[in-house]
Amino acid sequence: MPEKIDIGVHHITRVEGHGTIVVRATAGKVEQVEWQVPEAPRFFEAMVRGRSWEEIQTVVSRVCGICSVTHSLAALKAIEDAMDIPVSEQTERLRLLGLNGEYIESHVLHVGYLVAPDLLGVKSVVPLVATNPDLVKLVVRLHRLGNTIMEVIGGRRTHPLAFKPGGMRRIPTERELRSLRAAIEGALPDLQVLAEAVHGLAGKIPAFERDTEYVSLVDRGTYTLYYGNIGSSDTTNTVAVQKFKSIVNEYVSPQSTAKWARWHRESYMVGALARFNLNAGYLLPMAAEMARYLGLARGCCNPYMNSVAQVVETVQAFEHSLQLIDELLTAGLQPETARVIPRSGWGAGAVEAPRGILFHSYAFDDDGTCIGANLTIPTNQNHANIQKDMEKLVPQFLSRGQDELRQLLEMLVRAYDPCISCSTHMLDVRFV
Amino acid sequence: MSKPRVAIFDFACCEGCQLQIVNMEEELLDLLTHIEPVEWREAMSESSERYDIAIIEGSITRQQDEERLKLIRSRAKVLIALGACATLGGVNKLANGFDDLNEVKKCVYGDAARMPHLLTGQVKAVSEVVPVDYSVHGCPINAEEFGYVIRCLLRGTTPVIPNFPVCVDCKMRESTCRFEYGEICLGPITRAGCGAPCPAAGMWCFGCRGYVDEPNINGARDVMERYRKTVDDLKSRMALFNTGQEQPHA
Repeated sequence: MPEKIDIGVHHITRVEGHGTIVVRATAGKVEQVEWQVPEAPRFFEAMVRGRSWEEIQTVVSRVCGICSVTHSLAALKAIEDAMDIPVSEQTERLRLLGLNGEYIESHVLHVGYLVAPDLLGVKSVVPLVATNPDLVKLVVRLHRLGNTIMEVIGGRRTHPLAFKPGGMRRIPTERELRSLRAAIEGALPDLQVLAEAVHGLAGKIPAFERDTEYVSLVDRGTYTLYYGNIGSSDTTNTVAVQKFKSIVNEYVSPQSTAKWARWHRESYMVGALARFNLNAGYLLPMAAEMARYLGLARGCCNPYMNSVAQVVETVQAFEHSLQLIDELLTAGLQPETARVIPRSGWGAGAVEAPRGILFHSYAFDDDGTCIGANLTIPTNQNHANIQKDMEKLVPQFLSRGQDELRQLLEMLVRAYDPCISCSTHMLDVRFV
Repeated sequence: MSKPRVAIFDFACCEGCQLQIVNMEEELLDLLTHIEPVEWREAMSESSERYDIAIIEGSITRQQDEERLKLIRSRAKVLIALGACATLGGVNKLANGFDDLNEVKKCVYGDAARMPHLLTGQVKAVSEVVPVDYSVHGCPINAEEFGYVIRCLLRGTTPVIPNFPVCVDCKMRESTCRFEYGEICLGPITRAGCGAPCPAAGMWCFGCRGYVDEPNINGARDVMERYRKTVDDLKSRMALFNTGQEQPHA
C-alpha cells in the first residue's frame, strides 16, 4: 500500500469543459475524494429572457457546440409545448435524422479521439496518426459522415439553421437525401472495422462496477431519443417530461461546488449506458448484434462501458438514419407551410443528447417574448454519480498507486463524456 | 525550419469552434504534418509554456481569465482570436445588456450567486484584454477560412479577410433575399467570408461575424425603408451577437 496518495488533476484534459479531480489518502486511509466543476458561468437562462420565441433556438444552441442539434430540438419541443404548435411527421423525421447525425459525430469523436488514446496508451490522437493511420482515417471518415448528415438536414455542421418551431426553414431535396443514403450505406463496412478495433481493445476497459440508477426517455417499445416519458431502472412508472423537476431534484452537497441531482437514490446516471439499460430490447438488428459482439448486456453497471454503449448507438444511428430516409422518400417530400401564431404559455421539452437526457422549459408572454427559462443539462445530472463512483473506486484501487489511480479517475470522467461547458446552472436554480 | 508550435486555449464558450477545427477532418491530418500541437486541452493531455501561435476560443468573463490570457499573450509570437465569442464577445455579451449583473446571477443561481467561482464581471472580447494579431470570425467559425489563415501564417503571408457584406456571399450562392420573406436580415452590414449558409438554409443573417469596417448605412436604411422595417427592429436583432460593439449609426 503506497504511503501517500495526492492527486490533483486541475482541468482534466480530453473532455468538453473544465473539471477538477482531488484525491488524498495516507497509509491506506482515504481522506478526500472530490469531483469539482470550476467552469466559468454563462447565464443562458437569463440571456434568453426578453428574446423572441423565434430566436430562442439560435441562442440556446450556443450552450454547447457538440450537442447543438439536441439543444435546438429540446428548445423547439418546449416552445411547441408552450404554444400548442403542431408538427408534421416529415419535420419530426428530419429532426430525428439530424439528431442521428449528431450522435454519429459526437460518439465517434468521443470514442475515437478522446477515449481511444487511453486504451492505446498515448496522451492524444496525434501520435496515433503516425502509429495507427488506418484506424485514425476510419474514425475521420465516420466522423465526417455524421457531420454530412447534419449539414444536409440542418444547413451546417454545428449550430443547425433549418429547424424552427412548427416546421423546417428548408427541407432537403430528394436528390440530397438519396446521396446521403448512399454515403451512409457506403460507410457500413467501416462500422465493421470499428467494431473489430473496439473488440480488440475491450480488455483494456477497467473492471469496475457500482449498482446505479439509470435514467432516460422511454417510449412505446422503441430505442427513443426524442419521444416519450422519463423512465428509471428503479421503477416501471414513468414521469411526463413536463414534470422533469420532480425527477431531477437538484440539491447542494457540501462536498462539491456542482449542483447534484437525485431521484430514487442519492445519484443517477444518464447517457448511452442509461439508454441501453432501459431500452436495449428495442435496438434495431445491426445495433443489437453489435451489443452482443462487444459483450454489452442489459444490467451492466460498469460506467467505463458507456463508451461501448456509444459504439452500439453509433450503429443504431446508421440503421435508424437509413430507415428515416426511406420513410421520407416513400412518403414524398412535401413543402412545410405551417405558420405559427405566438401566444402565452409554459412548456417543456426533453431530448436525449449523446451524453444524456436534456430538459428545456420556457415561459412566454402574449406576443411570444420569453419571460423565463430552465435548461437542465445531462452532465449536471451526472455530477453526483461521478462523485459516488469515485468514492467507491478510490478505496478499491488505492493499492495500485498514485499514477494508475489517477489514470483510472481521468478515464472514469471521460467515460461519462461530460460536456461541462454546457453546465447552465451548477448551483441553486430558481426560475420559471 | 522547425515546425511552429501551436497551442489552443478555451475560455467561456460552447467549444463549437474547436469542433470546427476537428471538423476539418483529413485536412487537419495534413495540417498536423506542418505544425506541432503543444497544448489543446480538449484533445490532448500534454501542456506547454512554449508556443509560437496561440489560438484563443471564448470570451473573457473573470479576472483570473484576464490574467491567464495576458500570460498566454506574453508567451506567444502570434495570437489568433477564434470565433465570435473571442472576436466580439458573442452571445455571452447578452449578459452585459442587463442593467445589473448581480440580478442576472441571482435569477440563475439564487442565493448561491455569491460563491467565489461565480464572481464574474462584464463579458469581454479577447481584443478588449490583449492585442490580437488575427481574427477568425463567425459562430461557429468557417473551418475553410481557419485553414486558409493558418496556411497563410505558415507561408509568411498576410491572410485577407473579406471586408464586404454577407449580401455578396448570398448573391453568389443565389439565395433569395430574406427581406423578401418579411424578415430582418443583418446581411447588408455584416462581414462576409462565411459563404452565407444561414440565408441558404432559410434563416436571416444574425451578424455573427461582426460588422464590415465601414458599413453602407444609407444602403441599409434604404433596404429597411423599402421593406417597411424600423431601426429598432434592426437594433434588436443586432444585440444577439453584437452587444457592446460600436454600432453603425442608423
